[in-house]
Amino acid sequence: MKKDIFSATWWKALCAIFLIYTCVAGFLLPVPALPILHESIRNLYFHVCMWFAMIFILTVSLVNSIRYLMNATEDRDIIASQCVNAGMVFGVLGLITGSLWARYTWGAWWINDPKLNGAAISILSYFAYIVLRGSIDDEQRKARVSAVYNIFAYVMMIVFIMIYPRLNNVDSLHPGNGGNPGFNSYDLDSHMRMVFYPAVIGWLLLCVWVASINIRTERIKRYYLNKNV
Amino acid sequence: MRNIRFILLLLMVLCSGSLFAQETVGNVEMADGLRSSGKIYVVVSVVLIILAGLLMYLISIDRKVNKMEKNIEAENQLKE
Repeated sequence: MKKDIFSATWWKALCAIFLIYTCVAGFLLPVPALPILHESIRNLYFHVCMWFAMIFILTVSLVNSIRYLMNATEDRDIIASQCVNAGMVFGVLGLITGSLWARYTWGAWWINDPKLNGAAISILSYFAYIVLRGSIDDEQRKARVSAVYNIFAYVMMIVFIMIYPRLNNVDSLHPGNGGNPGFNSYDLDSHMRMVFYPAVIGWLLLCVWVASINIRTERIKRYYLNKNV
Repeated sequence: MRNIRFILLLLMVLCSGSLFAQETVGNVEMADGLRSSGKIYVVVSVVLIILAGLLMYLISIDRKVNKMEKNIEAENQLKE
């Protein structure tokens, strides 16, 4: 079996250290006292990191899809597809935690906000990727078609999460959008940065860890499938 | 690889290096009661236990996969 970065240990240890630090410092270090947000500002260390992790792992998936289209090897298809699976776990967690946070700060589980709807649309377009893969039996055709669709889905995600909610004439409650400044401009102070950056790295590595287990089990599965043919 | 590890360690040390006292603005309600009675530590402990459990589970899955990979390797070497 191939030995690569996915079976290495050092970054998994790093992930554990960063996450433990996040869970201690995230609750205990001081945060700015802001109206409406109160202590819920600490969600920044958890909710926001889910999206960072999802976007990172989907970028890894996109890169491997493009690499697959340049030179079709089975392993690139495995990495691309399993990264999407891991990314969806974190995306759905981001949606659920965001919805809960919105309930206690904006007053509703879901509001008609471009950022929220954009995030939901991108998650759905990636679910379509998973469904698309499930609906094609031929392995090579499945890999090629889904690699092409992955590029389309990634562009949709960037447009709906990063670009559309930030347009000036779009109104959004979510920080960092439609005239609202991002967190870092008014309340991400030096204390919060000290937790936020390690938190992002920790959750991001956790997402890569989950993806790596998916990838390695899929490799083992394909190995036995190819052997039996 | 050693260099990367060193840089990352340095990053972590820098991140947690200096802590300052909180400046409270106005009278926004924060969880000060939870802090003064010391019970926030209960929450932190609970979260840590859950996190530790999840990480340990993840590590055990990782090890199982490792073992399977090693089995396949051994199988291939036998053939050769």
